[in-house]
Amino acid sequence: MNNHPLKAAGPIDVAIIGGGPAGLAAATALKQANVARVVVLERETQAGGIPRHCGHPPFGMREFKRILRGSDYAARLVAQARQAGVEVHISATVVEIRPGGELLVAVPEGVLELAPYRVIYATGVREKSRAARLISGARVSGVLNTGALQSIVHLKNRRPFRRPVIIGSELVAFSALVTCRHARIRPVAMIEERPRVIARWPVSLFPRLVGVPLWTGTKLLRIEGEHNVTGIKVRGPDGHTRRIACDGVVLSGQFTPVSSLARSGHLAVDLATGGPAVDQWGRCSDPAYFATGNLLRPVETAGWSWSEGRKTGQWVARDLVGRLPEATSDLQLEVSGNSLKYVMPQNLVLGSPYTGMPDLQFRVDKDVRGTLVALNSKGEIWRKSIHAHPERRLLVSVSEIATTGATGALKFEFREQNP
Amino acid sequence: MTIQQPKPKRKSAIDAASFDVAIVGAGVVGCAMARRFTLEGARVVLIEKGPDILDGASKANSAILHTGFDAPEGSLELKCVQDGYHEYLAIYGDLGLVHEKSGALVVAWSPEQLAALEGTRAKAHENGVTDVEIITKSALGAREPHLSPNALGAIQVPGEGIIDPWSAPYVYLRQALENGAELRTSCEVTGGDFDGETWALKSSTGTIKARYVINCAGLFGDLLDQALLGETHFHITPRKGQFVVFDKMAHALVSSIILPVPTVRTKGVVVFRTVFGNLAVGPTAEDQQSRTDASTDDLGVSALIADGVAKIPALSHMPVTAIYGGLRPASEKKDYRIKTKAQKNWITVGGIRSTGLSGALGIARHVFALYEQTGASHLALPDPVVPRATILAESAQRDWQADNHGEIVCHCELVTRREIETALNGTLRARSLAGLKRQTRVTMGRCQGFYCSARLAELSEGHFTIPLAEEIGHE
Repeated sequence: MNNHPLKAAGPIDVAIIGGGPAGLAAATALKQANVARVVVLERETQAGGIPRHCGHPPFGMREFKRILRGSDYAARLVAQARQAGVEVHISATVVEIRPGGELLVAVPEGVLELAPYRVIYATGVREKSRAARLISGARVSGVLNTGALQSIVHLKNRRPFRRPVIIGSELVAFSALVTCRHARIRPVAMIEERPRVIARWPVSLFPRLVGVPLWTGTKLLRIEGEHNVTGIKVRGPDGHTRRIACDGVVLSGQFTPVSSLARSGHLAVDLATGGPAVDQWGRCSDPAYFATGNLLRPVETAGWSWSEGRKTGQWVARDLVGRLPEATSDLQLEVSGNSLKYVMPQNLVLGSPYTGMPDLQFRVDKDVRGTLVALNSKGEIWRKSIHAHPERRLLVSVSEIATTGATGALKFEFREQNP
Repeated sequence: MTIQQPKPKRKSAIDAASFDVAIVGAGVVGCAMARRFTLEGARVVLIEKGPDILDGASKANSAILHTGFDAPEGSLELKCVQDGYHEYLAIYGDLGLVHEKSGALVVAWSPEQLAALEGTRAKAHENGVTDVEIITKSALGAREPHLSPNALGAIQVPGEGIIDPWSAPYVYLRQALENGAELRTSCEVTGGDFDGETWALKSSTGTIKARYVINCAGLFGDLLDQALLGETHFHITPRKGQFVVFDKMAHALVSSIILPVPTVRTKGVVVFRTVFGNLAVGPTAEDQQSRTDASTDDLGVSALIADGVAKIPALSHMPVTAIYGGLRPASEKKDYRIKTKAQKNWITVGGIRSTGLSGALGIARHVFALYEQTGASHLALPDPVVPRATILAESAQRDWQADNHGEIVCHCELVTRREIETALNGTLRARSLAGLKRQTRVTMGRCQGFYCSARLAELSEGHFTIPLAEEIGHE
């Protein structure tokens, strides 16, 4: 195994786990900062991440100043990284992470150990499975996440069903609808459990435009069938249960970070985001590891993840020459109470001349209008009025919190506006 | 050796000679039966109506190899489970199977249950499982620190352990096939005539002749008896069991199998590790009429999760990896319903409502003995082929660790392309996704097919009776 290209070419400065937009951007930025050996470890047979199987635009506005289809965008990111001198290794699966940055990697030829100086962990997100959503009924073929549907259609030119129901109304549900149209799959309906569509206008107009009914306040209760899906049971806003005949179910959205390496390894994981806990430079509980992109939190666009990845690459390049402050974690952030789903980063290092992420990123789980407050052991130390929507980012400047003078544990809570 | 359709020249030979034994039903019992009869020298055909084996009661169980410590005293079940246990321990190494001797704890959660422990201990000793002991609350806490402090005490059963519930029957059957037995899948027995010496079984794929029939049809066993013998000595009332499988992170939360204090009806809800590195909770026990509906429901699933969290509070943070249901072929009696109809050359193996995985090898021995009592005799194979099982347990060396496996297709369970191709083209060709899952574990991990469904649709093309996807043509 010592003549495998990963082992042969001398010490690795930075290994990046995951060749999606964030990982490729980080790798490219590292090369642009003159870091000698940067390798991307991609477990699929093709790098590019989720955009590979998004057949539709718009991708690339931020990165390439033009509108691209997902697959073209992914190909460009890979080409750009390679051009910058990044080694992109496909079919390279990191199966274990160890303290200090040691990685156990499976490649088709066998298993090897790598010991890069730094690791950037950028494995992204996936949609929650049927089981994780606790959806009951028959265990049948034809129940897929959007990601799987898109891979089947756009990467393999195949179609798993003809008349599915799409569950969810986050942005990705509309992406599923576009994929269906491309494959001449005609969804029976889109259903959303919450009272309102999650994605923004005008995307939310799209189903009506293509003749697919969109029912809000409608909950999926059961999936029926013997071998394949034959129908689903739903409960509508009127409280009545009814059956919809269909031959497939697309479970869209409900993204969750792909953080199993951290969970089964030694890195601290934040139960709120589902990703590793990091400071404002994306540094994990083991400072040899940095995390970036959607692994940090569910979920942002490819462009946002790319931008995060690029900055992470720059920060890691600094860290390699000793120019990041020690990981002191002066402030530990968490959310509590209703409505707030998470805050990221979870740790802040205070008093550093080097800025990291400009903002704290929050999410809420429903439409809210009211006040975001920060509390420490002495009581409320900061507040701000907010109006936020589910599955959309809510940003608070890091410097606002850093300059409150607080240290130690800091809790964020949401207070509803009095009607 | 042939699988689906015998080669022409061999087929004529079969028709002329017929089989010694036709075994109906390729569940874990049918597979063990085929192995035993083949090793004893009989010419065996195993008939399965599904496209893949293990698609009935055997597709869902708790994968525990039981000692029989709590089986009814003097029962056939106790004898078969204990014989099966010992045979498994004798052969698993050679067949490349696993046995993780985790031990079990029968945990008392109420003063009444605590008081009942002594009875269970005494029964275990009567059943010959003499290493069973009562341990105190503090000893229990020391051994299982994640167990809820509400646990009051326990019995420890060191001999209980976990095995791979699919690789075991697969390799039993492979041993039968590689020593001359035949398998017919997608072949449903629809009728049959007995001429006093030989059965001519009518099936969806033609007539199969055999001198003796062993009914291992599980959930359909009483119906098969009724259809071919015109009578049945038992009635199946399917008992549904739902299971919840937690993320691999939960695996570290317990080291033993956590059993409840048993009741008359069921072993109750068990918390158990799997050899694949998960932690699971189940089964429920719900009697129903349908012999095919193994669907799960919100009530059952939420009750299981609540049960698991009550016993192991840290489970509340653990994501669920899989939910599944299975049906046990329960009859009106607790014990197995094994019966010879000598005048009809027929043995029914019915009512294996539980412990089928533990008991299978012992049941097969018992049934072969019954068969011999009818006057049949064969020359046991002097030097049988001993195949090696596919290794899927986390504790063992897997294919992804070996050279030149092609690629890792299923990232969660680290299943290689070579493993998938072997399952699709090997001795026991997978004909459905369910069959492929049981042979390789594809899509059975955290993401449940988010990443590998597309590659699987491509790799399995032309192999499955119901394809995963169709090509997008121009219409």
